[in-house]
Amino acid sequence: MGFKGETYMIRISLAAALLASASPLLAETHSIAPGDGAQERLQEALILAEPGDEIVLEAGRFVLTDGLSLDVDGVTVRGQGMDQSILDFSSQQGAGEGLLVTSDNVVLRDFGVENSRGDGIKSKGADNIVFYKVRVEWTRGPHPENGAYGVYPVESENVLVDSVTTIAASDAGIYVGQARNIIVRNSVAKYNVAGIEIENSYGADVYNNLAVNNTGGILVFDLPDIPQQGGRDVRVFNNIIVDNNTPNFAPEGNIVAGVPTGMGVMVMSHYNVEVFNNVMAENATGNVLIVAYPNETDDADYNPYPVNVLVTNNIQGRAGYKPAFDGGDMLAAAFGGTIPPVTHDGNGKDIVIDDGVPVLSLGLTRHAQPITEAQPQMVDLSHGGARNPSLPEITLPEAMEAVVAQ
Amino acid sequence: MKRDGFLWCMAAALTLAVAITSGNPAEARRAAPQVNDAAILGDGAENNLPRTLEEFGFFIHADAQIPTLGVVPYRLNMPLYTDGADKLRFAYVPQGKQALANGDGLIDFPVGSALIKTFAFGEGEGRRLIETRVLLHRADGWLALPYRWNEEQTEARLAVAGGRVAVTTPAGVELNYRIPNKNQCKQCHAIDDAVVPIGPKARNLSAEWLSEFAEAGHIDSVPEGSDILPMWEARYDADIDDAARAYLDVNCAHCHRPEGKASNSGLDLRWEQREPVAYGIGKRPVAAGRGSGGLEFAIAPGDPAASILVYRMDSTDPGIVMPEIGTTTVHDEGLELMTKWIEGMPQ
Repeated sequence: MGFKGETYMIRISLAAALLASASPLLAETHSIAPGDGAQERLQEALILAEPGDEIVLEAGRFVLTDGLSLDVDGVTVRGQGMDQSILDFSSQQGAGEGLLVTSDNVVLRDFGVENSRGDGIKSKGADNIVFYKVRVEWTRGPHPENGAYGVYPVESENVLVDSVTTIAASDAGIYVGQARNIIVRNSVAKYNVAGIEIENSYGADVYNNLAVNNTGGILVFDLPDIPQQGGRDVRVFNNIIVDNNTPNFAPEGNIVAGVPTGMGVMVMSHYNVEVFNNVMAENATGNVLIVAYPNETDDADYNPYPVNVLVTNNIQGRAGYKPAFDGGDMLAAAFGGTIPPVTHDGNGKDIVIDDGVPVLSLGLTRHAQPITEAQPQMVDLSHGGARNPSLPEITLPEAMEAVVAQ
Repeated sequence: MKRDGFLWCMAAALTLAVAITSGNPAEARRAAPQVNDAAILGDGAENNLPRTLEEFGFFIHADAQIPTLGVVPYRLNMPLYTDGADKLRFAYVPQGKQALANGDGLIDFPVGSALIKTFAFGEGEGRRLIETRVLLHRADGWLALPYRWNEEQTEARLAVAGGRVAVTTPAGVELNYRIPNKNQCKQCHAIDDAVVPIGPKARNLSAEWLSEFAEAGHIDSVPEGSDILPMWEARYDADIDDAARAYLDVNCAHCHRPEGKASNSGLDLRWEQREPVAYGIGKRPVAAGRGSGGLEFAIAPGDPAASILVYRMDSTDPGIVMPEIGTTTVHDEGLELMTKWIEGMPQ
């Protein structure tokens, strides 16, 4: 049976009597079943939960008409599995996302989110958040009217995305924006425009993920005119990034709409990025693309150029056989049908590429320069092979790691 | 229409005051409940989340929305659009306390204060109350709670999870009106995670009302910078820049501000924001997804059809529409104001 207001009131009295409202001793489990009134029953449980409580989603399909939200610290929402407990937003009438989390120390695990009209799961200003074994999917596959982001933590400190699956987001499957201290690992991103995107963030480790059949596999971007910029310190390693050739279906105007179809890893502006020990192959535009911000901007605080980017020790398979950026066809023809797997637009500084594969420079000298002014040339950016990854490992609070160790 | 409702409330309050001063005091006291300060403050477990609106004692006749003594009706120069619902607004400051006019032209309501807003459709006999939202200033901060009126219009009960209500507007439009849940109340009312009132800013209140509020002792003085925003009804008599920026301030800036839900967009629609790119001119979308509609800028001067702001206001698709919550229909008159404003901008 569902959660009831009366039990809540009794508990409040008890808590008051003990003067220990947040004590784990009083933590409760509220089990919610799918079926009639699921919207109200589940939303009420999310509102009336106390810190330490667990909301259990029973197996089945929860048909929801509006977005859900959680604003209580320390709550766990746990389903019976990403394909067993499903929050179905196919008939959603309102709210910008399926589930919105705005509180700290929240764990979301073992459930699926389908067909939300906007973003799938957004967390904003939610520190120490864990997404574990969650699936976010638009079941009709790639479509420009799918929601933008699957898993979308923004403006948070300490973010863990582990063993998550995202499918067919019209922007990014896993998007971490304007956050600090982030791990994205063991996850699958497929048929999204961007598989995994780290944007305007400070400190991220992205590893052991599979990015396949996206437009672009893994993106590391820094953009102007937003509160947190100067993105820095991102490591992308031990990922499999293959076959990211789904035609770009992002709505125009968004930055990812400019991601060329067939991209493995793309770095735009940003400080201190290390891409190593990945397997990258069968990405038709290229395995790696390093560029400056392509638009004009009046943001005086913004650095549009990539600075200190290291690409090393990756296993690179076939790529560059159908470059989808402007002039790509001609360029490919000039190179005998296939451009090198790594492309640098020529901008930025301390760009080191040491994978033993050819590197193409577009020979641009400033950001927002028209590609018609490109002076393509082969370059050696290995700098003698002397550079090794040196950014520190990201560590999260023990309590967060404990969630996935269970 | 909104004005009429407001004046009617004022008249009712006035009649009551006359009855109390000239009629039988004992009977008047019985008719006019005392506001239940304990319910506002949440004193005692039974008052933590009052289950019905009646427990607060804000109204003599709640169904007629006649406030009791000390509960003062007000209106805003520029109101927030909520599917064209009539809004009946009331402010309560506890006896012996005073609101303070702070330096920013905002009003600091003391602990124990309450702001009450009832949403209704229809007029006269046909008026139907849908919900009453209360903002309670408790010792640990403001708390927002929604109360849903029953079909019989006899009682409004706490609806923490919100709900949807089929409504036919006076214009005959049928809509599935959304009562926000408690979290959604906070989505608009939060600044840096703390719930705050949005509506009663001095700049959006008439100087006349503020003077009366001060004379009654509810506020220490008339705040500086009061009564600046143009009246909605007179929007085309005002400078269109002022009217448009006032509209955006009231309808959008509770999220689109540096401490609000939409802070990560970088779009800051507060009245006081004077940097053009910050309030959208030539600003590119950040995380708009398909909300961008294939357009490059929030506001493209001289070209409303190329402006994301217009595109999103003109949608009812949950993945596109702005505001994200609080409306289910397009505000045609607001859209018209935005369109004219952007049309008139030099390219």
